[in-house]
Amino acid sequence: MPQPEPRDTAKMPQRVKTAALVSSGRHPVSGRAGRAREDARAVEMGLSLVGADLSLAHAGDPEQASLRESLQGYLGMYHGLDDDRDGQLSLLPLGEGGDAVPLLAAWLERSGVRLALTGQRAECGEGSGMVGYLLAERLGWAIATGVAAIEHCDGERVTVLQALPQGQRRRLEVRLPCLIAVDAVAEAPRQSAFGPARRGRIDIVDDLLPPDESPLDADSADWHWQPARARPKRLKVVKSTNARDRFKAAAAKSSASGGQVLTDLSPEEAAEKLIDYLRAEKILAQDDQ
Amino acid sequence: MLQTLLPILIFAALAVGAAGAVRRIRLWRQGQRTPMRWYRLVLMPKRYLNDLHHVVARDKAIAHTHVATAGGFVAAMALALVVHGFGWRNPILGGLLLAASLCMFIGALAVNRRRIDPSAKLSKGPWQRLSKSLLAYSVGMFLVSLPLVGVAPTLLGGGVLAIVLSAVLVWGLLEMVVGMGWGGPMKHAFAGSFHLAFHRRPERFDDNHADAVHDVHRGSRSTALFPLDLTAKTLGVEKPADFQWEQLLGFDACVQCGRCQNVCPAYAAGQPLNPKKLIQDMVVGMAGGNDARYAGSGYPGIEVGKHHGGPNAPIVPQLVEAQTLWACTTCRACVEECPMMIEHVDAIVDMRRFITLEKGETPEKGAAAIDNLIATDNPGGLDNASRLDWAADLEMPRIQDRPEGVDVLLWLGDGAFDMRNQRTLRALVKILRAGGVDFAVLGDEERDSGDVARRLGDEATFQRLAERNIATLSRYRFARIVTADPHSFHVLGREYGAFGGDYRVLHHSTFIAELFDGGRISVEAPAQAETVTYHDPCYLGRYNGEFAAPRQVLAALGLEVAEMERSGYRSRCCGGGGGAALSDVPGKARIPDMRMEDVRETGATTVAVACPQCTAMLEGVVEPRPRILDIAEMVAAALVEPATASTTRTSTEAPEEVPA
Ligand code: SF4
Ligand code: SF4
Repeated sequence: MPQPEPRDTAKMPQRVKTAALVSSGRHPVSGRAGRAREDARAVEMGLSLVGADLSLAHAGDPEQASLRESLQGYLGMYHGLDDDRDGQLSLLPLGEGGDAVPLLAAWLERSGVRLALTGQRAECGEGSGMVGYLLAERLGWAIATGVAAIEHCDGERVTVLQALPQGQRRRLEVRLPCLIAVDAVAEAPRQSAFGPARRGRIDIVDDLLPPDESPLDADSADWHWQPARARPKRLKVVKSTNARDRFKAAAAKSSASGGQVLTDLSPEEAAEKLIDYLRAEKILAQDDQ
Repeated sequence: MLQTLLPILIFAALAVGAAGAVRRIRLWRQGQRTPMRWYRLVLMPKRYLNDLHHVVARDKAIAHTHVATAGGFVAAMALALVVHGFGWRNPILGGLLLAASLCMFIGALAVNRRRIDPSAKLSKGPWQRLSKSLLAYSVGMFLVSLPLVGVAPTLLGGGVLAIVLSAVLVWGLLEMVVGMGWGGPMKHAFAGSFHLAFHRRPERFDDNHADAVHDVHRGSRSTALFPLDLTAKTLGVEKPADFQWEQLLGFDACVQCGRCQNVCPAYAAGQPLNPKKLIQDMVVGMAGGNDARYAGSGYPGIEVGKHHGGPNAPIVPQLVEAQTLWACTTCRACVEECPMMIEHVDAIVDMRRFITLEKGETPEKGAAAIDNLIATDNPGGLDNASRLDWAADLEMPRIQDRPEGVDVLLWLGDGAFDMRNQRTLRALVKILRAGGVDFAVLGDEERDSGDVARRLGDEATFQRLAERNIATLSRYRFARIVTADPHSFHVLGREYGAFGGDYRVLHHSTFIAELFDGGRISVEAPAQAETVTYHDPCYLGRYNGEFAAPRQVLAALGLEVAEMERSGYRSRCCGGGGGAALSDVPGKARIPDMRMEDVRETGATTVAVACPQCTAMLEGVVEPRPRILDIAEMVAAALVEPATASTTRTSTEAPEEVPA
């Protein structure tokens, strides 16, 4: 695939209301709460796009002790911007077993956000990586995942670079409003500073949904939970005594093979091909219509 | 004619000078205020004659010069006030006045000789002029006072000579009296007096120590950083007015002698830091203006004259570049050497605090270390539970199993994660066992002391670590803490006190010396004579005044120490302190390379060290170079183990057995 030339990351000419949805992270070594790595990158992306206009939101339990500290971690990133306004975060109260999607959707709609940035997957809790998709579906927005950079954004559309394996990039143009899930290869987040973190505001927004519509995640109640275990990695045994080959084998990501590129199909034919493929891979049952 | 002119001149000079002095005091008081306690001024004379002179006298020639010049001037000025000002023309007083002027003249000659080809550490410009002005004042005062003792009364009565004499005297008065108030070089006398009286670290002076002995190491009396109030409106120093007023006053007392510049390792390495220029920049910021009139050496690689500041303008980067602040290793060599007792390190850390806590612009690796400290309690981001992995085979006693308490709590420090330092720790454990010491460790309950976070300006993370460590320590009973890490030693021993943690902390060299003294360990004589030298770690020596114990230990080993030229309180930093190894500001040379050069000059084949950071920095010097051994390793290797010795092996002979 030809690599797109990197373009200058353009600031937004006319400001599109932008927000970052953040979660509480979990440090891979100590398990301590803090900024989630991808979410922090989403905030970084938002700050370099719209500066202190970026608003933040999190749906979670305000009573949880470590939560405030994680959220302040994001607010501490409001420095080095054109103006020195403090950060502001809307905390949408959500109890145990609650569903964040309706709350976040209602908040995005109410605050008139047209560009929402978030990480791809939470570091704790379900970590299903589904929130973005479910939100986009519910709001009828476009979604782009694995985004490494935003190149350009006007009032109508946003141009992003999507990260593909082995450092490849794909340029996408997405209509607004849209949701962008930021990849771990995006620009590293700036340092979270104690002063701005302390000054940033956390506002509790608890009137988003009518009281009878409690956002319960009914499905998850039946689930069986157990701690995740790292999956063992299969090592490729490379016989070669040649350092270059060994390096290539170690560095290679498993790339799919045997696929085919289909072009110039009508939407119907394309759908037909896809369904055939999914049936062949036993992802759709044979009789699934 | 002179009779009428002199009082006018003297009183006019005093009045104008006083007006300038009031303005100067206002400049200082732009800083954060503490109440002005005027009565402290009575402390000044003794502090000047005793404490300050103690530092000045390290350079005998300049000390004598200063005594003659300053003493002569003060006496001459006081007498002139009586004799010429108030007109009490007593021949005895006149004679004294002549003697004082003469004394000052002799001093001024010495000053001028120093100024013929001034060394690079000295500032030129007004300071060069001052040497001439001293001559003018002393000669002028001498000549106009001659008539008092009946010599040449007619000659000086009037005419051209009188005019010339008055002109010379006016020059002298302008420099010495008016300039003192209005910011000429003589400002140092006025600001310096106040600075001594209102110094922020009164513990540095003998008057705070009832039983002061003259030869104690004064520099180590007060070295803990000041705690920062984390609820303050802005954290750290952004603009000159954010300094405490006593700090601004201190900057103003600088005599631009360049002693600090001469000893600064960062300056010598060509990094963009010069403590003298930094202090002058603070003066520029306090008074407003630019640095174009600075007539000394600048920051290496940064042009002089391009920076400007004001009392309420941000310091970084208009006045001082961030790189300048990050180059400092906090070695305190400058503070130690400064005859005006100016506190450079406090100022640098204050400004770093703003950069880190408010601007979030800590140098990249420093910021990563801080993030790790927050998440994992150690700067490497490693699992804190692995703090004892290196001792898996040593059956280390845990303090958790010793509710009745132990004699020694062994504080490992972050060196526990470093393979090189693990060898030192294993050696230390071997020594403790050989000496039958009742000791235990905290294991994974130990956290980083917060040293690096604090020096990088992250007072929030430091205070959090301090509070947690103090809470942990409060759960266990021990008589004292021993550590092989001078940074932990300093922080636990001297900086935790402000947060409610008061412990007896010993550096391992002190403790080992104690074991030798008590006859609890014995060593065999070295097989062959070897020249060793010893590198004083800043945080052990200058910060805490422990110069003797490591040398005692080396002597007990039967080793002859060939001292480096810069050793003891003048030791040159290894370059690893204050987070400088993390910020890694580029320069022309590397500080550890320069230190290794010092080692080589002694002809030593081994350099004894007493700090994990020094070990790492010096071992980073490319081979061939002298061997680097921690004091503990040297002792452990020479131990004669009693028959009941433990199973501990000498790690130095089997480093590959140390688990990673
Ligand atoms: S700061 Fe101190 S040592 Fe440095 S030039 Fe000024 S007076 Fe001299
Ligand atoms: S503390 Fe050391 S490195 Fe820092 S300015 Fe002073 S002499 Fe230089």
